[in-house]
Amino acid sequence: MRIPTADRIIETRSLTRRFAGKTGLFRATTFVSAVNEVSLEIRRGETFSIVGESGCGKSTLARLLVRLLQPSEGSVLYEGNDISTLSEGDVRRLRKDLQFVFQDPFSSLNPRMTVGALIEEPMRVHTRLSRTERRRKVAELLSKVGLRPAFANRYPHEFSGGQRQRIGIARALASGPKIIVGDEPVSALDVSVQAQVINLLEDLKSEFDLTLILIAHDLAVIRHMSDRVAVMYLGEIVELAPNDALFDKPLHPYTRALMRAIPIASPHGRTMDATLTGDVPSPLAPPSGCRFHPRCPHATDLCSAQKPAATEAGDGRMVACHHWQKIAEIPEVFAQEPPRNQTAAKRFALFRERSQQKEPTTAASK
Amino acid sequence: MSAATTAAEPAEDIIQHESRAWKKLKTNKSALFGFVIVIFFIVIAIAAPILPIPDPAATDWGAVRKPPSAAHWLGTDEIGRDILSRMIWGAQASLLAGVVSVFIAVLIGVPFGLLSGYFGGWTDQAISRVTDALLATPFLILAIALAAFLGPSLTNAMLAIGLSAMPIFVRLTRGQVLAVKTEDYVEGARAVGLTHVAIMARYILPNVFAPVLVQATLTVATAIIAEASLSFLGLGQQPPAPSWGSMLNVAKNFMEQAPWMAWWPGAAIFLVVLGFNLLGDGLRDALDPHES
Repeated sequence: MRIPTADRIIETRSLTRRFAGKTGLFRATTFVSAVNEVSLEIRRGETFSIVGESGCGKSTLARLLVRLLQPSEGSVLYEGNDISTLSEGDVRRLRKDLQFVFQDPFSSLNPRMTVGALIEEPMRVHTRLSRTERRRKVAELLSKVGLRPAFANRYPHEFSGGQRQRIGIARALASGPKIIVGDEPVSALDVSVQAQVINLLEDLKSEFDLTLILIAHDLAVIRHMSDRVAVMYLGEIVELAPNDALFDKPLHPYTRALMRAIPIASPHGRTMDATLTGDVPSPLAPPSGCRFHPRCPHATDLCSAQKPAATEAGDGRMVACHHWQKIAEIPEVFAQEPPRNQTAAKRFALFRERSQQKEPTTAASK
Repeated sequence: MSAATTAAEPAEDIIQHESRAWKKLKTNKSALFGFVIVIFFIVIAIAAPILPIPDPAATDWGAVRKPPSAAHWLGTDEIGRDILSRMIWGAQASLLAGVVSVFIAVLIGVPFGLLSGYFGGWTDQAISRVTDALLATPFLILAIALAAFLGPSLTNAMLAIGLSAMPIFVRLTRGQVLAVKTEDYVEGARAVGLTHVAIMARYILPNVFAPVLVQATLTVATAIIAEASLSFLGLGQQPPAPSWGSMLNVAKNFMEQAPWMAWWPGAAIFLVVLGFNLLGDGLRDALDPHES
C-alpha cells in the first residue's frame, strides 16, 4: 500500500546501514548490517511505532531517519527530498524540523547547562527570536511539559528521570519541529511516570501537529499510542500494520511470538508455551533466506532457501513471510484477562479519571 | 503565562548560580587553606619592590652564612645576601615560571587534545603520534634541550617548560573527550543542529575541564621544580636575580654549615605546591554540578 505523496512526510528506500566489525591489518573486515533494506512510508501526523527486541536495529533506524547516522545504502526522503546526500550545513538547517528524544534522560542532557539554556539552544540555532522572546518561550514550553518556569535556572541533575525526560521533550519542541523521533523515550522511566510522559507526548502531538516516530520494545506503550506499527527483526521489517489490526491478528510468526510474550495480570489466562526458542542469531552472519527461519515454528525448506518479499496483506498491512496466509488460518488464542467484576471496574474507572487530572506542580504554576 | 513573572524569577536564580561555585569553595576548609597560601605568595611576589627589604643581590662579606637573626630574619647565604629578601624576590620567578609555563601548556595542549579526540581519524593519528614522540622524551631532558636551544633566560625557560608539559595535556584532554563524546548529550547537540565548534565549546570543553584543572595545578608544582633545575644549569633565572630553585641548588653545598639556606626555599616550594594542589582539588569539587 502506498501512501499518497502529499501525505508522506518521511520515506525510506532500501535503507541499509552497516557497521564495521573487528578490523585488523591481517584480517578481512566484517560488517554488521544493523538495518537491512528497510523501506517505509510515514504519514504526516501519525504516530508510527517501530518495535523489536534488543539489537534488532530499531535505534539505528531511528538515527538514520533524522540523519544522526549516514546510511550505507538507500535513501531517506523528507518531504520528498533525499536527505541522505545533504551537506553538513544543510543537515543542520534540517534539524529544525526533525527532532530527537533520547532513551536515557540521565545522559542526554548536558550536565553543565541550565535547563533554560538547554531548551533555549535550539531556538538560538534555528530562530531569530530575541533573548527576551526566547526566555518567554522557554517558560511557555516548560509549563507545556508540566514543569515550573522557575526550573529554567536549575541544572539537570536536580531533577528526576521523568522530569528530565520532560525537559528533553521541551528541548525537542523548541525549534518548532514537524517530526519527533523518540528512541525508547519512556523505557528508562518508572512505570507510573511512563504513563504521564506518554500522555504528555500525545497531548503535544495534537497541539503542535507533530508526526511521532516511536521506537519501543514495550508493546503496551505501543498499543496505547500508535496509529501504525512496524515490527523489526534482525534489521529488517517483518510486518507493518495498523495498530489494532496488528494486535488483533498478527500475521508474521515473529509478531505472534511477541504478542504471546506480553505479560498479563491474570494467572488464569497464562499459558506455559515457550514463545520463542533460542537466541537472536548474530547479525554478523545472518541466517540465509528468511532471517527468522531458525526460530520459526512454521519454517520450511523454502524459508531457509529464499528470502520472503514484503507482501501486501490487505487493510494497509505488509508482511514478509512465505507462509503468512497459511499461518493466518491457524487460530491463535492469546491470553485474555477475564472480565473484571463490578467493583474492580468501578475502581479502575475512578483511577483513570484521577490519573488524567494534571499534576499538582502544573496547577500551582498557573 | 505573563512575561513579568518569567522575567522576575530567573534574575534572582542567576545571581545565586554565579556565586554557587565560590560558595562551595568557601565552605571547603582545605581548599580555602590552599587558596590562602597561593594568594599569600602571589601578594608577596607582587609587593616585593615596595617591601622594606634589602637588595636581594647586595652582598655583605661581614655576614656570610649567618643563621637567622634580628638583622637577617631568615639568615644569609654564602656571599652574605639576605635570604628573606631573596626568598621574596625569588617568589616572582618561581610563581611566574609555574603559572606561565602551565598556561602555555594548557593553551596549546587542550585545543590539540580536543581536536584529536573529537574528530578522530587522521587528525587524531597525526596529533597522537607527535604527542607520543614528545612523551617518549623525559620531561626534564626535553625542557633542558628546548631551553638550551632557545637561549638562557627566564622567559625561554618558561616557554621550554610549557612546551615540555604540553603533551600531557594533549593526552589527558583527548582521553576525556573520548569519554565525553560517547554521552548521549553530545549526540543530542548534533540532533539540535549545532556546529562542531559549538559542540566542542559548549558540550565537550566544559565537561573535560575539571580533570584538566586538577592536572594543571599538579603541573604548576612540577614546573616550579623544573624552573629550579633549569636555573641550576644556568638556563633559567640568570644570576644574581634570585629564584627558589637556584637558591636550593646552591644551598645543597652548605647543608652541614648553613642548613637554613635550604630550609626556606624548600619550605616555600613545598607550601606553594601544597597550596596549588589543595586549591585545585577544591575547585574541582566546587565546579562539579553533581556535588551539592
